[in-house]
Amino acid sequence: MTKKLEISAGQVPEVGASQIALLEKLCNAVAVSGDEHEVRQIVLEEIKLIADEVRVDALGNVLATRFGRGENRVRVMLAAHMDEIGFMIVKKHDEGLFEFERVGGVDERQLPGKSVMVGREHRPGVIGAKPIHMTTADERKKKIEVSSLRIDLGPEIGDQVKPGDRAGFATRFEVLGPSLRAKALDDRLGVATLIELLKHAPDQIDLLAAFTVQEEVGLRGARVAAYALDPDMAVAVDATPAYDLPHWDEDDENDRFNTRLDAGPAVYVMDSATIPDRRLVNWLVETAAQEGIPCQLRQPGGGGTDAGAIHKTRAGIPSVSVSVPIRYAHTAASIARLDDWANSLRLLHSALSRVTPGLLAGERRD
Amino acid sequence: MKSLIQKLVETPGPSGFEYAIRDVIREAIDGHADEVRVDALGSLIARKGTQTEDGMRVMVSAHIDEIGLMVTHIDENGFVRFTNIGGISPLTCYGGRVVFMDGTRGVIGIDGIERGKMPMLSDLFIDVGATSKADCPVKVGDVCGFERPFLDLGKRMVAKSMDDRVAAAVAVEALKRLEATPHEVHFVFSTQEEVGIRGATTAAFGVDPDVGFAVDVTRSGDTPRVNPKMATALGDGPAIKVRDSSFIADPRLVDWMVTTAEKADIPYQLEVLEAGGTDGRAIQMTRGGVPAGCVSIACRYIHSPSEMVDSDDVENAIKLLVVLLSAPIVLD
Repeated sequence: MTKKLEISAGQVPEVGASQIALLEKLCNAVAVSGDEHEVRQIVLEEIKLIADEVRVDALGNVLATRFGRGENRVRVMLAAHMDEIGFMIVKKHDEGLFEFERVGGVDERQLPGKSVMVGREHRPGVIGAKPIHMTTADERKKKIEVSSLRIDLGPEIGDQVKPGDRAGFATRFEVLGPSLRAKALDDRLGVATLIELLKHAPDQIDLLAAFTVQEEVGLRGARVAAYALDPDMAVAVDATPAYDLPHWDEDDENDRFNTRLDAGPAVYVMDSATIPDRRLVNWLVETAAQEGIPCQLRQPGGGGTDAGAIHKTRAGIPSVSVSVPIRYAHTAASIARLDDWANSLRLLHSALSRVTPGLLAGERRD
Repeated sequence: MKSLIQKLVETPGPSGFEYAIRDVIREAIDGHADEVRVDALGSLIARKGTQTEDGMRVMVSAHIDEIGLMVTHIDENGFVRFTNIGGISPLTCYGGRVVFMDGTRGVIGIDGIERGKMPMLSDLFIDVGATSKADCPVKVGDVCGFERPFLDLGKRMVAKSMDDRVAAAVAVEALKRLEATPHEVHFVFSTQEEVGIRGATTAAFGVDPDVGFAVDVTRSGDTPRVNPKMATALGDGPAIKVRDSSFIADPRLVDWMVTTAEKADIPYQLEVLEAGGTDGRAIQMTRGGVPAGCVSIACRYIHSPSEMVDSDDVENAIKLLVVLLSAPIVLD
């Protein structure tokens, strides 16, 4: 197979019109955990001329390898999850009304009135809610449980939908000046980043790209992907909440924002699933400082990425995570900054270009 | 023995940051193991003995990490907000003193809550004596452990991180005393137990044992109005675990441990722990599954800066572990 894109190897990747177009395609696709088909097809098409080896494993992960050149190449796994949070149809009622359950971490207070796309055909529906005309003041104070909500597809469309079908939010991708607005930026930003890094893989490493499934339901795809790839080290590339909104009381400093927009890629020091190897944290932070790339530490706390599954695989894999900050994660529409994404890509590319066996020589240390 | 325990409990090593405590262990076992290595997650693995026909590859795991805190934010006035590493109760934090990995010290303060109300971690902060953000010597991501000197009360000993340094001391001493063994024993001083039994998970995969034992502390049921009730007590001997909420010990192994303790005339008690887990789970669940058990040391006030154990229990735990590792392991 000829590799048409060989000339780009090692060059610094950028976020331009074609990258944004790819991200748009990825975000508008629906790939709720367990049915990642649509995004997987896009990924396979994008990387078929770039990767030296591509395979789809039993859980549906896309595992792509791009080999470097020379001796003592470190095998670096990059993981970005293809799946997104969403819904599953559980029961059909008359007139195209459907009971549904949540897939992954969805806040039920966010749901009434949202447009959704059901099934691989993207059948348009809406999560119905009693209109304000009919509700009492008391009702408006209470949240509506998922068990009381229905997806309304109408009679004819509804005939073609069945229990087990997935549904995702129907928000369309938009570029808003310096920002992006879309559903599923978590983690299509990571998927798009991995595709670019595969295209521009530095030569001194073997790049093992895992486009994983079922992250949102418990890091399941990454677990088997890491076992199969058996890398020397790993980086999970994801998106993380930026709750950087001003407090209404200006005397009260917002000390729990997780990350901030416009502050660059967020490097993890600890989440619920992983305490990253500090050698890798330092590798990223020092690369950012030396290259003049903005970068922030994600506030340690809850949450988890594919690194949580990867680092515990086999006899242990030094791992770290890097996320693009996004506002309103796990809702119908998130906001990200193009610059944060571009800087994440730059940081990862620069850092990968600096990987040597010496990075992991010796013992895990501060 | 007490001096080893003191050294171990007074060395900071929150989960993920076990390098200093690992060095203390390495020095303590120097010259007593056939091979010492460190795995990717930082667990120190010391091999001793050659497997004979009656022998097995045995993993003994005591975790060397402790609960601790990590900095999340420094405010404009230099107060340090933090999150927990492992199971930290806000109840034991206020007024506590902490030491960062670089030696910086601080105290834990609280404000903004009603008197008498149970605080949340977000109500607490560390004051390192800074006057502003600019002169605060710590930064986001820095890690600290509680600081509390070792207290020798004679028969009883008190310290922070008795969980699980007392078990690490037991494992160190057992490794040193173990002379003739039919087994290839891998003493694992594991990391990141307090955040989800992570170090033992990768160590167990790497060691690939035929059988394994965790060594850990367990709750003691002998304090006033203990709730929930538990049959363990300080001074009643090492506890042979039947189950906890992370794993059910292999019943064949439990029976054999009990028989072995009785034959050797070592006091023991049986342990059923309703909430809590140990490295035993990681051993049991690795690869195709491994028979696993656990030797526990009863401990009062677990996860507080003043955890109390009994000296005789410690000595008897060492004896039990040595006896267990000195003879063929019978599973029937």
